[in-house]
Amino acid sequence: MDKIKIVEARQYKKDIPDFKPGDTLNVHVRVVEGDKERIQQFQGIVIGKRGEGMGATFRIRKISDGVGVERIFPVHSPRIAKIEKVKDGKVRRSKLYYLRGLAAKEIRQKTGANQ
Amino acid sequence: MSGILGKKVGMTSVYDENGISVPCTVIEAGPCYVTSIRTKEKDGYEAVQLGFDEKRETLVSRPMKGQFAKAGTKALRLLREFRNFNGLKLEIGAELKVDSLFTKGDKVDVTAKSKGRGFQGVVKRHHFGGVGMTTHGQSDRVRAPGSIGGSSYPSRVFKGMKMAGRMGFENVTVKNLLVLDIIPESNLILVKGSIPGAKNTYVTITK
Repeated sequence: MDKIKIVEARQYKKDIPDFKPGDTLNVHVRVVEGDKERIQQFQGIVIGKRGEGMGATFRIRKISDGVGVERIFPVHSPRIAKIEKVKDGKVRRSKLYYLRGLAAKEIRQKTGANQ
Repeated sequence: MSGILGKKVGMTSVYDENGISVPCTVIEAGPCYVTSIRTKEKDGYEAVQLGFDEKRETLVSRPMKGQFAKAGTKALRLLREFRNFNGLKLEIGAELKVDSLFTKGDKVDVTAKSKGRGFQGVVKRHHFGGVGMTTHGQSDRVRAPGSIGGSSYPSRVFKGMKMAGRMGFENVTVKNLLVLDIIPESNLILVKGSIPGAKNTYVTITK
């Protein structure tokens, strides 16, 4: 077996749902404030995935108070407590950067996501 | 100075206890075998010779076959000596593994041959800044070395003047690397940061 994989496999998360661009995810992020820790949720559409192994990340976009917000998460980061798949999307592209210029209604039509 | 021989596997990243991604290099270190022990009486100095990386019997020359037979080890590709092995008493033919020498949190030095870069100019090789600009009629001074010395005095170029030439493929040591983890069952050691050389380069890890 590839020896890098031996090292990385020890840190892979096993409870990650199988998701793809266009899906709506709810990401539970561990936020540390001082010595307290709480869970913050970030729900939005996956607009891209990249990388493999420990370097794999995914990009999530949501509209928060009328402002578009994008966050990039490493898939296997211990700061992510949980990833929930909320809704399946139906898109024909692997990178959905064109969603940035669209209104909520158009996004709904394109991906089938209800934000 | 105690140490072990190994092979660079490659780089990846691990998360520390705070969830921060730390770059690390994976080294396949050992198992090494003691092939010879140098003594003050016989050789004039104290040292332990370690061998690493098995090879086929057919690749071994006859004199080396005798050496390996004497030590009772398999045929090995790489042999290195370590002076004054930290008072650790080693028997000839003994096996040495990573976890017997290092533990998580240790600081180690890693020595390896750096990647060969071929014939390189002074900008890449010695971090010179080049001489001039690309404008005002100049065309060929951007990566030039500049003056290499005086004229009538000293009428020669001083020895050791930094100039273009072969770069890389030399022994480089990186000191005080943190041992992030050790995986004894697959003989792997993880050190923080990068180390010299390409993948599959032989490395020496010392403490």
